[in-house]
Amino acid sequence: MNQRLTHLRLLEAESIHILREVAAEFARPVMLYSIGKDSSVMLRLAQKAFYPDKIPFPLLHVDTGYKFQEMIEFRDRYTAQIGVRLIVHQNRRALDEGANPFRLGTQKCCGLLKTRALLEALTEGGFDAAFGGARREEEKSRAKERVYSFRDALGQWDPKNQRPELWNLFNGRIDKGESIRVFPLSNWTELDVWHYIHLERIAVVPLYFAKLREMVVRGETLIPVEHDIPLAPGERPQWVMCRMRSLGCAPCTGAVLSEADTVPKIIAELAALRRSERENRIIDHDQEGSMELKKREGYF
Amino acid sequence: MPLAEAPQAVPDIEAFLDQDRHKDLLRFTTAGSVDDGKSTLIGRLLYDSRGVYEDQIAALKRSTVNRSTGKIDFSLLTDGLRAEREQGITIDVAYRYFATSKRKFIIADTPGHEQYTRNMATGASTADLAVVLIDARNGVLSQSRRHAFIATLLGIRHILVTVNKMDLVDFREDVFERIREEFASHLKRLGVEGARFIPICALDGDNVIARSARTPWYRGESLLEYLESVPLDGDRTRGPMRFPVQIVIRPGLDFRGYAGQVVSGVIRRGDPVMVLPSGRASRIKSLAAWGGDVAEVIAPMPATVCLEDELDVSRGDMLVHPAEAPRVSRHFEAALVWMNEQPLRLDRPYLLKHTTQQLRANVIAIAHRVNINTLAQEPADALELNEIGRVAIETARPLFFDAYRANRWTGSFILIDPIGNSTVAAGMIQEPERPTTADRAARSALLELEFQAGRLTPAERFARAGHYPAAIWLPARRELAYLLERRLFQRGCQVHALAEDVESAILPELAALLTAAGLIAIFSVSNPDLAERERAKAEVGGGRFFHFEAQSLAANDEEAVRQICATLEDHGVLLQGDLSGAEGI
Repeated sequence: MNQRLTHLRLLEAESIHILREVAAEFARPVMLYSIGKDSSVMLRLAQKAFYPDKIPFPLLHVDTGYKFQEMIEFRDRYTAQIGVRLIVHQNRRALDEGANPFRLGTQKCCGLLKTRALLEALTEGGFDAAFGGARREEEKSRAKERVYSFRDALGQWDPKNQRPELWNLFNGRIDKGESIRVFPLSNWTELDVWHYIHLERIAVVPLYFAKLREMVVRGETLIPVEHDIPLAPGERPQWVMCRMRSLGCAPCTGAVLSEADTVPKIIAELAALRRSERENRIIDHDQEGSMELKKREGYF
Repeated sequence: MPLAEAPQAVPDIEAFLDQDRHKDLLRFTTAGSVDDGKSTLIGRLLYDSRGVYEDQIAALKRSTVNRSTGKIDFSLLTDGLRAEREQGITIDVAYRYFATSKRKFIIADTPGHEQYTRNMATGASTADLAVVLIDARNGVLSQSRRHAFIATLLGIRHILVTVNKMDLVDFREDVFERIREEFASHLKRLGVEGARFIPICALDGDNVIARSARTPWYRGESLLEYLESVPLDGDRTRGPMRFPVQIVIRPGLDFRGYAGQVVSGVIRRGDPVMVLPSGRASRIKSLAAWGGDVAEVIAPMPATVCLEDELDVSRGDMLVHPAEAPRVSRHFEAALVWMNEQPLRLDRPYLLKHTTQQLRANVIAIAHRVNINTLAQEPADALELNEIGRVAIETARPLFFDAYRANRWTGSFILIDPIGNSTVAAGMIQEPERPTTADRAARSALLELEFQAGRLTPAERFARAGHYPAAIWLPARRELAYLLERRLFQRGCQVHALAEDVESAILPELAALLTAAGLIAIFSVSNPDLAERERAKAEVGGGRFFHFEAQSLAANDEEAVRQICATLEDHGVLLQGDLSGAEGI
């Protein structure tokens, strides 16, 4: 009998171990739910980890108000379908004061609507551990992120003062007010995520699949026409066959030209492609080392 | 759009997917010093195996820093953090991912500075293979020796030595051979057999992906060919079954499952299991899983176990096969890698995390410190940051463990500072040497009692007492132990029961002492420490040592006493029947 396990099964085992450790060791865990493909995988792993019980912690969605409508619809239907508690949090004050990426610029907008809102929600809920779907492969500063990422009482990350992490032994000791961000998908790649979605028949937001969409074409960037994106002089939306490779806020998430309208086609496309998935995320590139700076301030 | 499953596939893509997802996984660690080109080598591996994306390379080309002599500074692909880019060194463990058509790889990329021993240990803790870099111009430096030592200490069996910058020594075979001979003898001292040596130039890619025409004298594989073909011998399904319970799953009254990871071996429906620390026996009733119950789960997969009996099992307990029990003890020796600026102190309590247990522990003695450059064992009364030593540890409650060499997952632990909360050390449990430092420490009180061979003979004692001495080893049933003591006493025996929490490391000596004094000594210990039991048997002598399994004894105490007495009579310890006629008083 061939007892060899594939890399996907090994990754699954590692992630489920992490999910269970956190559920057992922390008083109030929460799972950050971004509605994207990584969140979908993380959610399935949590279902498996605690089966036949329900997922023993709530989901938290930090809603910037600029997400795609399809994402919000998907979120509400899917979480209701699997019977998990969902907390939606917005930085209401900033939104009321008219925070938006067009006026404030992406850095300030993210700071208010994502990082600030996230920290508010974590404090409000008294959460001592928060799962995130980030993967080390995504970005250089994430390559050094721990599975258990210690955050001080202000939610900040100190890359020089991280706890050594050996074997599968995680140190979750914290004092009052401090918290741990937990990354069960640390060792997954984008390709692994899609393979798993395919293997496990996991539902994802339809925005990931190619179809004709109305887009503003700016150089090589395709920006969806949603949330009243201001047009430059002479710019006109066009119908383009494209899909989203990663999902963020509509104004800051570019699409890629693609014909891939099924999961296998996406996998085949990725295997041939040599562009990284966060390339179309404007916020990663607003200044050098920008992800590291956001993380230090409390971003995932 | 309905919330349907994603649209399904066309056949030829399916074939591709099938091949792609059947890859296995190799985790390796790299260790190198600042200038021997490690980051360049990894950048090259990622670049040539398409693990780097075009836009990342474009960003590199735009980057204002280029420390290399080439067009692209590959090392910038891996040096992630600002501080590192500024200082030009890698200061932490970074994880990298790439895949070929044969395998998926995870690289734990660690720095080589002396002060970063802790990072190398961290990277090595999950790796199957270590890539050690040597700069061809400098030959074997102490840091290469150190890397190899830490890799073997952390249980890595495959060592791959790359001799880099061969271009700077004109690709000379004699330079390569001299380094190979010198380093191979070092590896031999560490017990490493069959290490592989490859001459490379990471900057230009010689022998990294493809074999190079510039080293015609080298007939071996390229680095990548070796990584793709090295057999993965870490088959965790072969060892004894170990299942540390992570969390109890109880959705309602009619389901109680124990969730955890099968860290080694295979767990099967119907298997008999023993629960540690209680020592209670049961059987696997079912293995629950998403998508339906399964008949078996192999390591390292997660499982949710339901037992046939209602036992009190909780997080930190371990299910094992009764015939393959681990060591159970509060004392063991371990190799310790110290990882904190505050040095190890013997008078300070630490928290020890091992499998799913976290408990108080003290380091009670430092046997020696290892000089990681010379491998010499030196006396030490402290361990400083990045030092490695052999220590004796005492835990507040018994731990269930195997030696690290036999089982990475039940032989490893970390120490946590209970005040600052940081992880201060990584430990690897060693095979016991007898007597261990721990035993010696625990036994010191007894040493003074060590007695000469008595002048009274066993026959004289028998004539006086009417029975021979014996040691009776019972399961954890305190009331039974005291009842047996009373019943034997009533029969006129000289008897003594030890059924409170006894320091298990000295039980063998106590058994020897009490039986030498002619007594029948009854032990009922709360944790089934097999090693101590075997040692007690050896100390007392097999013919005078009686071990009763939990399953073999009647549940009723009186009934069990009758069983035990019958066994003692059968073996001639007691005379047949009742000596004094006092039974039943």
